[in-house]
Parts: sequence; structure tokens; C-alpha cells
Amino acid sequence: MADVALANHARGGAVGAGLRRMSAALVPVVVVVAAIIALWYVACVPMNIKEALTQAERAGAVIDPPSAIERRDASAIGLVFRNSDHIGATFGQERPRLPAPHQVGQELWNSTGDMVLRGRAFSKRSLIYHAWVTLSATVLGFAIGTVAGVALAVGIVHSRVMNMAVMPWAIASQTIPILAIAPMIIVVLNSIGITGLIPKALISAYLSFFPVTVGMVKGLRSPDAMQLDLLRTYSASQSETFWKLRLPSSMPYFFTSMKIGMAAALVGAIVGEMPTGAVAGLGARLLAGSYYGQTIQIWAALFAAAILAAVLVGIIGAIQGVTLKRMGMAR
Amino acid sequence: MGTMETGMQTDSLEAGTEAAAASPVVIEARKLDLTFQTNDGPVQALRDVNLTINKGDFVSFIGPSGCGKTTFLRVVAALEHPTGGAITVNGMTPDEARRERAYGYVFQAAGLYPWRTIARNIKLPLEIMGFSKAEQDEHVDRVLKLVDLEGFGGKFPWQLSGGMQQRASIARALAFDADILLMDEPFGALDEIVRDHLNEQLLELWDRTGKTIGFVTHSIPEAVYLSTRIVVMSPRPGRITDVIESTLPRERPLDIRDTPEFLAIAHRVREGLRAGHAYDD
Amino acid sequence: MNYILGWSIAFLIGASALNVAMANGEGRDQALTRFVVPMLFGASLLVLWEGITRGLNVPGVILPAPSAIWETFQANLGTLREDFVQTFIKGALSGYVIGAVAAFAVALLVDASDFLRRGLLPVGNFMAALPIVGIAPILVMWFGFDWQSKAAVVVVMVFFPILVNTVEGLRATDRMQRDLMRTYAASYWQTLLKLRLPAAMPFIFNGLKISTTLALIGAIVAEFFGSPIRGMGFRISTEVGRLALDMVWAEILVAAIAGSAFYGFVAFVESLVTFWHPSQRRK
Ligand SMILES: Nc1ncnc2c1ncn2[C@@H]1O[C@H](COP(=O)(O)OP(=O)(O)OP(=O)(O)O)[C@@H](O)[C@H]1O
Ligand SMILES: [Mg+2]
Repeated sequence: MADVALANHARGGAVGAGLRRMSAALVPVVVVVAAIIALWYVACVPMNIKEALTQAERAGAVIDPPSAIERRDASAIGLVFRNSDHIGATFGQERPRLPAPHQVGQELWNSTGDMVLRGRAFSKRSLIYHAWVTLSATVLGFAIGTVAGVALAVGIVHSRVMNMAVMPWAIASQTIPILAIAPMIIVVLNSIGITGLIPKALISAYLSFFPVTVGMVKGLRSPDAMQLDLLRTYSASQSETFWKLRLPSSMPYFFTSMKIGMAAALVGAIVGEMPTGAVAGLGARLLAGSYYGQTIQIWAALFAAAILAAVLVGIIGAIQGVTLKRMGMAR
Repeated sequence: MGTMETGMQTDSLEAGTEAAAASPVVIEARKLDLTFQTNDGPVQALRDVNLTINKGDFVSFIGPSGCGKTTFLRVVAALEHPTGGAITVNGMTPDEARRERAYGYVFQAAGLYPWRTIARNIKLPLEIMGFSKAEQDEHVDRVLKLVDLEGFGGKFPWQLSGGMQQRASIARALAFDADILLMDEPFGALDEIVRDHLNEQLLELWDRTGKTIGFVTHSIPEAVYLSTRIVVMSPRPGRITDVIESTLPRERPLDIRDTPEFLAIAHRVREGLRAGHAYDD
Repeated sequence: MNYILGWSIAFLIGASALNVAMANGEGRDQALTRFVVPMLFGASLLVLWEGITRGLNVPGVILPAPSAIWETFQANLGTLREDFVQTFIKGALSGYVIGAVAAFAVALLVDASDFLRRGLLPVGNFMAALPIVGIAPILVMWFGFDWQSKAAVVVVMVFFPILVNTVEGLRATDRMQRDLMRTYAASYWQTLLKLRLPAAMPFIFNGLKISTTLALIGAIVAEFFGSPIRGMGFRISTEVGRLALDMVWAEILVAAIAGSAFYGFVAFVESLVTFWHPSQRRK
């Protein structure tokens, strides 16, 4: 009895300590995020004050200074102080220069959750639909790029020629802004009749390919000489060495480079949606928003992209956690 | 058993203070306690440590791993703060002494900065303490000669052997002429021959400069060969179990280690270490 | 007609055979071999490209031949230079410098407070993984069409990787090194200048190197959202629209050269500053 109570007590203590540690890690982050949001609100005031004043003037209010030309050349901060009763209006404009956080949140909700509630989750006006379009290209491209990258890495590690001939180019390619070719790939593929998902996925694949290759080469080479020598004393074959030593020890590198590759694939898909006047996808939303000055829409699309990136990288991170723990490699 | 040891400790402490009554007290610890708060509960690293070190003493600390030797040295250097008791260095608190730059500290590893040459590593404390350029150069030349590293000033640490690096770190501690030298297993990683050589040089330096040296070691012969007093410690909690006065002369050739007198002292140190272990069981 | 393609394939096979021989031969560890093998491989790919486009009569609006790209490159040096100055010098480089300085300053601030560090570092790491190029339309709206908006995009893009790496680097000293400074009673600034900054340099340069590519990407992509009638991104998007792909490729060639030269320059400075680091020491 006493033992059980003691054990429970000990466990309670451990849980308490765990919670304490978690809140110790969380509190600073929450405070920093809160500070960023507060700053964001503050920034909205000078950013939007001129437009707010113009609108107020149209509605018949008396503004200081009264002439629009004078206001255009005045400093935003000065205007804020001279017309402080119009500050509230800076948070509720239709096309603000900088939308307030709650406006972005509202738009995000209107174009996602609200749509779902009304049963129109995949209508053209729903961000879920656009995110899905981007996501499918991202994931397809990422899968192609990862498979190809791992394959090339295996080749490079096992063949001296490939290592000498290809590796320098794989490394050099990381210093080149490959993204610049995105518009061309889209247009060329369109012109030969390939449209929609595939061209974007190819850009994503291309962008995630090199980070995965370079990371995997590093990973497959990470076993040290002693570990390799040990297998040599067993006279293990190349493939045994690969499956039993190289591949397992490359896992941490594999996940790290997959995270980089996934982030790159998402950027590739978004940029791939921009230049052709595509109508679907987060990139298209960004572009359409910038054409029509729909700032709130731009910000909502931006946050949707951020959430997508976080979710995708988070999923890889979770798989990484489980896998490495199973393999006994978690720190 | 416990009482007997306590008695022994007080005896030798008393003896120590009397024998060196002529020279002024440099380090004085009274009822020193230090408890680390760790995630798995408190760890008592030092308990009821009483020790007086006089000017010109060469005091070795010896004892099993984890008995608090490093911790004591760190307390003297104000790198750690005691949770109980009192300690003075040159009549000041350790923190004040640190700000007066009262001591040089040699860590267990050389810890040279890889981006600085040996000479500039030695200059590091001098730059911080505001010595002039000319003084810096002069000090560097002097201590490089002292540790037999003339001509290596322009090399980077990673171009030198482990023993040379350790000598450079000693040179760095000597560079600003502090009266107290605190050394934590400085020769632990070196081979016997190099170690002998450095021991000889260290003794010679101590004899010539009259510095006060606190020296942590795991080697009984090293402790006996170097020290005027040997402090034997035991772990859990870390405390002093014996303080042995050396009867060896100041002048000590290497072969003094074969004399019966030397062996007798070494024997007593070994007995002290054993007793500490027995107490533990 | 297809003898061109045939020859190019033969060249590829021959070059590969030569590469195999060199890579497994006596002098495989020599610097010359290490240089020649990848060069030969690259050259044979170019030859194959040339052979395919010419041998199969691939239309220039799909894939121009390397020789055609090279001709366009030489014929339009003036335009290319103008675009380079607009996008790289004005947009990317100025944004890179501003972003790096800002990130460094913020890193010093963050580092001084444990609370800030624990709060900002996760946020910074999160930001570094986001598709930040997406803010380009907003910044173009705020800062106008000219290079200032491109520089602003670059500032935001390079800021987080440099911040995160610098903060991490400033913590990279071990306890013994810091204790040593304490025994000297060194001040905060002395410790910073003599110990923590030098120790942080490999990390800082890691961030700086990652950011070179990001800077160029940011400057080019931002031009897709509007720019004056010059700039590499502007040229790429308009020439793509006109199906003048040889000009697009010429522009990409400039981007590739600029990107690797930029990276190479930063890596060179790194090798001077962190010569002492194990990864940089000459064997
Ligand atoms: N910073 C710290 N936090 C928590 N516990 C510590 C810390 N430093 C030392 N200890 C503990 O204090 C005790 C004494 O450690 P100390 O380093 O002084 O031993 P030592 O005698 O120098 O041992 P060694 O011969 O192995 O160097 C040990 O039990 C150690 O675990
Ligand atoms: Mg120790």
C-alpha cells in the first residue's frame, strides 16, 4: 500500500516536473508571440491612418489638416496624434495597407471553417480548396524529389565516379537560385499540353531533390571508420553494410533533409502558381490578391501557407520522433 | 571509525597551522558547505571543510572521483559559491579576490582558443587586464621560456601536441603573475615522462617565485613529490579526511621518490584514501 | 540527320568511360582529377543537350540549344548587365547587408536575455521554415515597384536564418572557456569580443552562406509581382511570356553565375575568418 502511494506520489512529482518544464519552455514563446501581435496592432495605426482619414473625411468628419494633399506629405505618426479619435477606424478597413490580426483571422475563418459549416469546403472561394491544390502539388513533387534524391545519394556513396562527377554539381546547385526557372517550366510544359498538377509538382520535385541528395550523402557517410571496419571484420557485403549500418545511421540526416526538402517543395509549388495566371492554389490567391489590392486576402493566403508549412514539417518531425525513438537514436 | 578520522583531521590541521605560523594566511576555509541542487535532488559536494593555506604552500588535493576536489578549487576561484560556512582569499571574499585578479587557474584540459596563436592565447589575460603592448610581449617571452615553448609562440594550438598545449595553458595562467596558482589535474592527460618533466619544472618555478599553489591530482607519487601538504578527501559527501605535512626538503630531485621517507608519506596517503573508501561502505 | 544526336551520345559514353578510368585510376586523389572529372561530366551533359535539341530539331520555344543560349547571352550583354545591377546589386546585395546587420544586432539583444532567447528562438526557427517569398506582394505594395521593395523582401528572407544561427553560435562556448574568462574578471564586452564572437563565427557564416541563395531568390521572385522594366525576375517573366526562352536561359545563366560567385565569396571570407575551425584546417 505504502509503496503504491509512494510510487504514485513519485509519478505525480514527475508529471508536475514535466509540466513545469513545458510551461517554462512555453511561457517565453507565448509572451513573444503576444508581443508580436501587440506590435502588429500598433503598426496598423500609422500604416492605415491616411486611408482612414480620407474615408472619414468623405463621411463628413473634420480632419486636421483638412487638405488631402497636405496629409499625403505629412508624417503618419503626426497624423495619428492630431486625429487620435480616428484610430479605431484603422483596424476595420476593407483594403488596409496592413490588416489587423483579427481581420486576417476573420478572413481565414470565413474562407475555411465557415465554408465547411456551410458545406462548401471545396468551392473556389474556399482557402481549403486552394490549400489542397497547393498541397497536392507539393506532396507529389516532394515524393518524386525525395525518391530521386535518395537514389542519387545511394549511387554517389557507392560509386566513386558518380561521387567525383555528380557530387560537386549537386553541391553547386544549392548556391543557384533554381526557383528562377519555375515560370519557364510552367510555360514550356503548358505549351506541350502538360498543365495543372504536374508542372508544379516537377518544380517542387526539382527544389527538394538537391537538399535531399546532399543530406543523404552526408548521412550515408556518417558511420565512422571504426564501425565500418567492424563490418569488414565480419566480411559483410556492400549491401549488408548498407542495410545494417549506412541506412540506419543516415536516418537523422534523412529526416532533417526531408524537412528542408518539404519546405522547399512548398515554396516551389507556390511560386509555380504565380506566373501563369493560375486560378487555383495559394500562390494564385497571393497573385490575385495583389492584382486587386485585396490585402486581407493576401495575408490570409500567406497564413494558410505558413500553417501548411508548419503542418507538413510537423508531420515529418513527428514521424522522425517516433522512428528515431524506435531505433533508439532519439536524444 | 568516524570519530577517529575526525580526530586525525583536527590534529593535522592544527599541526599545519602551527608549522607555518610564520607566513601569512592566504586561503582560509571554515565549515565550508556546498550543496548542488540537481534534478534528482540535492548533491552535497562539500561538507564541513576546514582548511588553512599559507603563503608559499604547495597544497595537493587527492581523493576518489567525485569527492569535491574540483568543487573546492572552484569555490576558491569564486566560480562556485558555498551554501554554508566562510572562505577568505587574501583576507577578501573569493569574488573580491577574483576581481583583484589574485589567482591563475589551470583547467584540466588546456582550453586554448583555437583562433589565437600560442602567444596571443597567453596575451589573452594580459589584454583583458589592460597591460601595455610592450608589457604583453615581455610577459609572453618570459613565460614561454618558463614552460620551454620558446619559438612556438606563432603556432596555433592545434598544431601542437597535447603536452605542449597543456604547458601553454600553464604559461597563460602564469602570464599575469598572480600570487596564487590553482591547478586542476593539469597533467592528467600526459604521459609519465612529460609529466615528470613538468613536475620538476613546476617545483622549480614554485621554489623560485614563492607562489601559493593549490593542485588537484589523482596520482599519489605526484602529490607527495610536489607538495608541502597533502589534503586527502573522500566522497558522498565530499569532505577532508586527512591533511598530511610533508617532511621532504624543498629541494627535490626526481629520485627522491625512491627514498624511504618518500615512500612512508606515500603510504600514509594511501592509507588515508583507503580509510575514506572504507567509511563509504 | 540524327548523326548529331549520335555523336553527342557517343561523346557522353566516351567521356563517362574516361571518367570511370580516371576515378578508379592511379591519380584519383589528385586535385587535377577532382577538377577534370566533374568538368568532363558537365561538358558531356551540355553536348548531349546540344545533340538532342539539334538532332531532334527541338523548337527553341521548348528548349533552346546551349549554343543558341550562349549567342543570346553574348548579344545581350548590355541588357543582362542592367538586369544584374538592378536585381543583384541593388535588390539582393543591399537587402542582404541590411538583413544580416539587423539579424546580428537582434541576436546580440536576444542573447543578453535568457527569456528573450527562449521565446524568440522557436519563433525564429519556425519563421525560417516558412515560404517567406509569399510576402513579396505585400512589400511591393508598401515599398513600390523599384528595388527598395525587392531589398525589403530579401531583408525578411535572410533575417531569420542569420538570427537563429548567430544566437546559437553565441552559445557555442563551453563552460571551461567561460570560466576562464571569469577567473580573469573579464567584462561582458571583453568576453563577447574575445571569446564568444570568435567562437560563434562558424555558425554565423553558416547562416550567411544559406542566405546568399535566399537573397537572390527573394530578389528575383519579388520582381514577378511588379518591377520597373528591368531586373532579372522581370526579364524572366516577360521573356517567358514572349516564348523567348533563349533569353530566359541567358538570364538563368547570369543568376547561376551570380549565385555561385556570391556563395563562393562568402565561403572565401569564412575560410579567412574561421581558419582555425577543424572543418577549415588544411590537412
Ligand atoms: N555543476 C554541478 N551541478 C551538480 N552537481 C555537481 C556539479 N559540479 C559537481 N557536482 C557534483 O559534486 C560532486 C563533486 O564533484 P567534483 O567535480 O568536485 O569532483 P572531483 O573530486 O573533482 O572529481 P574528479 O576526480 O572526477 O574530477 C560530484 O558528485 C558531482 O557530481
Ligand atoms: Mg575534478
